[in-house]
Amino acid sequence: MKQEYDVIVIGSGPGGLAAAIAAKENGADDVLIIERDFELGGILLQCIHNGFGLELFQEDMPGPTYAQHFIEKVNDHCVQTLMDTMVLDITPERKIFAINKTQGYIEFSARSIVLSMGCRERTRAQIMLPGSRPAGVYTAGTAQRFVNVEGHMPGENFVILGSGDIGMIMARRLTIEGAKVKRVLEIMPYLTGLTRNYVQCLMDYGITLQKQRTVNRIIGNNRVEAIEAVSVDDKWKPIPGSKEIIPCDTLLLSVGLIPENELSKKAGVHLDPITNGPYVDDHFMTNVPGIFAAGNVVHVYDLVDWVTEAGYVAGKGAALYALSDKKKTGENIPLKAGENVRYVVPHTLDPAHLADETIRLQMRVSTPIEEKIRITVEDQDHEVIAKANNPYARPGEILTLAIKPKAFDIVQKAESLTVNVRTR
Amino acid sequence: MSNRYDVIIIGAGVVGSMVARFLSKYELDILLIEKEADIGMGTSSANTAAVHAGYDALPGTNKGVTNAIASRMWPQLSQELGIPYEQCGDYVVAVTEADMNELENLLARGKANGTPGLKIISGDEMRRREPLIRQDACGALWASTGAISDPFAATIAAAENAVMNGVEVKLNTAFEDFLMEGNRIIGLKTNQGDFECRWVVNAAGLYADEVMHKANVRPEFRIQPRRGEYVILDKADFQLTHNTILFPTPSDKGKGIVVTSTLHGNVIVGPNANFVDSKKNKEVTKEGIEEIWSGGSKLVPAINRRNIIAQFAGLRATGNAPAPNPDIDYNQDFIIEIPENIDGLVNLGGIESPGFTAAPAIALKVIELLEGAGESLQEKLDWNPIRVPRPVFRHLTREEQAALIEKEPAYGRIVCRCEMVTEGEILAEIHAPIPAVTYDAIKRRTWLGTGRCQGGFDTPRVVELLAQELGVAPEEITKKGSESRFLFRRTKDVETDHLSVEDLI
Repeated sequence: MKQEYDVIVIGSGPGGLAAAIAAKENGADDVLIIERDFELGGILLQCIHNGFGLELFQEDMPGPTYAQHFIEKVNDHCVQTLMDTMVLDITPERKIFAINKTQGYIEFSARSIVLSMGCRERTRAQIMLPGSRPAGVYTAGTAQRFVNVEGHMPGENFVILGSGDIGMIMARRLTIEGAKVKRVLEIMPYLTGLTRNYVQCLMDYGITLQKQRTVNRIIGNNRVEAIEAVSVDDKWKPIPGSKEIIPCDTLLLSVGLIPENELSKKAGVHLDPITNGPYVDDHFMTNVPGIFAAGNVVHVYDLVDWVTEAGYVAGKGAALYALSDKKKTGENIPLKAGENVRYVVPHTLDPAHLADETIRLQMRVSTPIEEKIRITVEDQDHEVIAKANNPYARPGEILTLAIKPKAFDIVQKAESLTVNVRTR
Repeated sequence: MSNRYDVIIIGAGVVGSMVARFLSKYELDILLIEKEADIGMGTSSANTAAVHAGYDALPGTNKGVTNAIASRMWPQLSQELGIPYEQCGDYVVAVTEADMNELENLLARGKANGTPGLKIISGDEMRRREPLIRQDACGALWASTGAISDPFAATIAAAENAVMNGVEVKLNTAFEDFLMEGNRIIGLKTNQGDFECRWVVNAAGLYADEVMHKANVRPEFRIQPRRGEYVILDKADFQLTHNTILFPTPSDKGKGIVVTSTLHGNVIVGPNANFVDSKKNKEVTKEGIEEIWSGGSKLVPAINRRNIIAQFAGLRATGNAPAPNPDIDYNQDFIIEIPENIDGLVNLGGIESPGFTAAPAIALKVIELLEGAGESLQEKLDWNPIRVPRPVFRHLTREEQAALIEKEPAYGRIVCRCEMVTEGEILAEIHAPIPAVTYDAIKRRTWLGTGRCQGGFDTPRVVELLAQELGVAPEEITKKGSESRFLFRRTKDVETDHLSVEDLI
């Protein structure tokens, strides 16, 4: 097979698939997707629940159907794919080293690369969960793979820690499969996943969610026998007298996702300590010229539709970079997280792009606001350049705001832009 | 198959496995029994992995003597058995005048034990060698023969080499009682039936007291498990400047909380030392993590909690045996003896730190004791001391990796992405001389599942591979034997009306 490509995409989840399609549609001839699993689609393949495609297609699809839509497009566009292949290393010069069973050690070079390795789940150790170390403690995604792909039940009596989306979706899934979900515990005073998942997965199935309550200790030597739950105050300190032993055989953890950037680091890509993903511009290019990043590898999205959108943007950027001789000259404008904004992506924007493109900003708030809010983008003189409204702001749900080409003139003069979320 | 052996060793931790390996040199029928589903699951599965230079134990004690002998054995032994071993040296770091005096004591003790390569260095020199050390360090004891190894690999390598040389290993085989004829041991009762033998070696670790009590040996001896908790840091995020072991100046609670590197490249911080009531209590506690974190960050202030990727605890088999020399005032010594009141027992007990270091020397002592008891040991003509380690994909060069995949395509599939463990390595362990048949057994042998995702991605694959290679259903695969199953049943295998409308309302 070829060794040189215009664009190489690493990972074939929704971000990678969209990036490959967009690269082709924007003129790249040789596009390759490298995927470590046996099939294209990434984690979507184990997400057999619905809720995908509402934003992009106004259609409610299960994960594999959503993935299939893009897999077919990838095939139609004659994107090359290499499955069951693991990328071991990437250099800043855009050399890629990978291995698989049939070709052994393979070396590629690419004019541009799109990183779309997705994310991994936070583990027991990262949340410092004390107790013994028996079988029966799983991250929600691992349990999801066992149930939905392998067809095995990893337990019968569950406690779920964390109100993340996968945890709530698994609560419903396990209940349908005849298991008992005894409790969902959330250490925060608010839901960390989507409200629609709370309604459809917990409320509809009579599963109890307790906020400001967490697991204090795991009990059992061979298999989980019980967990000790405890309530916490606003500073996460255990409240005396609130302990309860809940007998169960399985503890699922849905306590957050972390962008998977070990390869990015090898390529010299700098990471934002808040998102754990690369610093990116509005085409999702990282600090390493020609290396782009798309989807959950940049920051963890709540809707797959937005991951696809990001993939399109990054794939287009990658194609333009691969095909263009003249590299950009102007300075980017930094985008800063202001009032009640934990982070905003992208981190910088190229004002020249606003000539013919809308730039989408996505952000998460630090604290929930349960009343009408306004998002504003302001320049250094507090002049409002773009704004958007929302009925509320919750840390579990991403807020979006678009800067349209009509702001072109004013943005050219800006030194920096700050995003704020305030009550209206 | 015959149930008669010359020697039965109870317990396949590092001590039992080393005893088996060194005894396998002789014309003996040897059986090594282990109550767990894998070897090395007790104390050997969770410790600091340090090969101690030998300045810590009191001169004249069994600990001091065996540590000193073993420290000199390790370089060659690790070569023979293919055990990762790096003589990187270690430091005991002082910050006060009193600490400096203690360093002098350690230096004198080390010299009395015959430990070579000891030297007291200045605080400046310490900071030059490891800039990450606390800035107020005023000196350190440098022990050039201190080393890091891998207790899992050592136990497995020793036991495998024993198997190569004819030793039989029986897992899931728990000692129940001795078979006696008067004062002579003639065999063992186990949960897998009776076995006859002329000699028994008690290498039962945490349970050595219970084993010897069954033979009415040392009724006053008692093992009280002492728990040590540890945290492991992500190797991508934090490294010491060089591989080394950094000890604080010791206190009466032991050698103190250490900051060191594993040979897999992770920094490890721990252990504390707290007595617990149960020999199964390997719980990690909030207080314990705070304790080790506070100790570790005093020594190396740059460590960051965000980089913690795993926590675990191990138990030390702390005994109460006096040193063999009554003039030495010490009550936590190793027992290495043939008891007077019973025939046919080589009794080992209280093997806590520096037990991992000392294990090969303890094995030599066992041979000495047997010879002293009149056993005429004949060397095998064809004894093979060499055990070649299996390939570790991530440690190979690109060319070596390419060549390996060409020969064995299974090495071309990565199963554990964080630690880069291949399917080839997993299959090799499942089909090793002592087969790895549980998830944890594969983890200890390959370091799979120990990285950032802690097995999130590899667990379903490993369960599938184990089931496929062992020819059993995935539901039978366990994390660590007995009731530690991963999976309970197939999906859909449930009463269809379980979701009744009434239940949901």
